[in-house]
Amino acid sequence: MLLLLFEQFLNGLQIGLLLFLLAAGLTLVFGIMDLVNLAHGSLYMMGAYFAAVFTQWTGNFFLGALLALPAGALLGIIVEVVALRTLYTRDHLDQVLATFGLILFFNEFARVVFGAGGMAIELPSWLEGQVEIMPGLPYPSFRFLIIVVGLGCAGFLYLLVQKTRLGMLIRAGASNREMVGALGIDIKLLFTLVFGLGSALAALAGLMSGPITTVQIGMGDNILILALVVIVIGGIGSIRGAFIAAVAIGVIDTMGRAFLPNMLGSFLNPSDAGTLAQALSSMLIYILMAAVLVLRPAGLFPAPGR
Amino acid sequence: MTDLLTVEGIDTFYGRSQVLFGMSLSIRAGEVVTLMGRNGMGKTTTIRSIMGLTPASRGRIGFRDADIRGLPSYRVAKIGVGLVPEGRQIFPNLSVKENLIATAANRNGASQPWTYERVIELFPRLAERSGNMGNQLSGGEQQMLAVGRALMTNPHLLILDEATEGLAPLIRLEIWQCLERLKQAGQAILVVDKNVGALTKLADRHYVIEKGRVVWQGNSAELQAAPDIQHRYLGI
Ligand SMILES: Nc1ncnc2c1ncn2[C@@H]1O[C@H](COP(=O)(O)OP(=O)(O)OP(=O)(O)O)[C@@H](O)[C@H]1O
Ligand SMILES: [Mg+2]
Repeated sequence: MLLLLFEQFLNGLQIGLLLFLLAAGLTLVFGIMDLVNLAHGSLYMMGAYFAAVFTQWTGNFFLGALLALPAGALLGIIVEVVALRTLYTRDHLDQVLATFGLILFFNEFARVVFGAGGMAIELPSWLEGQVEIMPGLPYPSFRFLIIVVGLGCAGFLYLLVQKTRLGMLIRAGASNREMVGALGIDIKLLFTLVFGLGSALAALAGLMSGPITTVQIGMGDNILILALVVIVIGGIGSIRGAFIAAVAIGVIDTMGRAFLPNMLGSFLNPSDAGTLAQALSSMLIYILMAAVLVLRPAGLFPAPGR
Repeated sequence: MTDLLTVEGIDTFYGRSQVLFGMSLSIRAGEVVTLMGRNGMGKTTTIRSIMGLTPASRGRIGFRDADIRGLPSYRVAKIGVGLVPEGRQIFPNLSVKENLIATAANRNGASQPWTYERVIELFPRLAERSGNMGNQLSGGEQQMLAVGRALMTNPHLLILDEATEGLAPLIRLEIWQCLERLKQAGQAILVVDKNVGALTKLADRHYVIEKGRVVWQGNSAELQAAPDIQHRYLGI
């Protein structure tokens, strides 16, 4: 029982970390430039497609991933310079509409270029198996790799934001953009860099989930909604908040789906318990969001000065 | 000697309402110049126009050899204007030390550039607060931090907007003494303040503005000898 609990916890953690990679870019972009970018999910999808294509091309998943990351960053920078720059001064509704248009564009683009059928990403054989992470607890190697990479990225982002000059400027920009500019920093360039970084992280999340699901059109749309929930709970602009909220959502969602049916089954008949559990577990994270917003309307760790 | 900053006949609007009407002033290297006037006469707007934060729509703004009207604010800052804004505008979520070093630069190759250590020497109070977040400081400490932050960009011209507003007398004195030291070191400064007594001691020349244009200008002796000007335009 304990092992099962732990295994489900790891599954939740793994999903939460993927979510964090997506939410990190989203929250920085929202925090600094006050831009709602729904197309972030498209960058996730495109990262997965890039990885699928490059993996086929090189015959090696790691080479494919290594090429997909800069491609994802570059695509993000192009999107920012060409499309998003004109949206900073517009209100949020305009941004939502325009970036929703970008989602449609990228979904159609993927259909034309990569085909409607979706693509699979082939893993090297040693990642197909399982590793024994604790005595008596085998765990899929690739999922374990996702956890390691996700935690590594979280650590990297923490150091970047808390300890470097760039990180100071990112935080300063989230609280007072005009003043950062008046002290000699080209905030547009800063933002393009941040956007490129966020795009690379989204691409990383996409290419890591590709081998588990398949790479397909619209794969970024559902997870984007979860990522939006994450940044609202975590507090807009906060990496720390995004991390905590993403892991919490991943774990709660996974645990709910795994254990609610049994828990309810102890006092309801099995078919009722099944339906109720399914409904409850898909509502769980929204209940969590509502509860957090009642207690802390600006999320767990809001950037001050907003 | 040529001017460091020349503002010639600028008009500035907020949306449709015009605030500056042919505003002009100039500052030479090493000079301390003040801008005075009652509330709402356009002092902050003049500074925002120079910085490119609220661009002037007519006139000329020259800084050293460049025409800076219409440049984005980061470029104005880069060629050597350091701003201590009205309301201080410290970054609340950065520590004192981070506030100082985040935007620090020595773009114009100052031979004795401002460093974190030199700012701490100028404002010893900040030393014990170096790990605190910006929003944990008192008003006076925030003001010192804002001055230090601007100095760390090693500007040719330092601009202070209401740097002593709302501060206790002793803290004010400390700020004035700091400006005096900066002046001795040859720093050109444009000061906006309401404290005529302190300003006539510190500054070389003064501009008095009303409704977005200069109505009087002169040196400290002339201002002291003109109580009618002080009464009429500054309410003293
Ligand atoms: N963002 C703004 N939008 C519209 N009008 C503004 C804005 N900021 C200032 N004004 C108006 O412009 C005029 C000049 O304001 P400004 O802030 O330049 O005055 P000031 O001389 O700095 O005054 P104070 O001594 O109160 O700081 C005022 O009438 C003010 O109401
Ligand atoms: Mg003012």
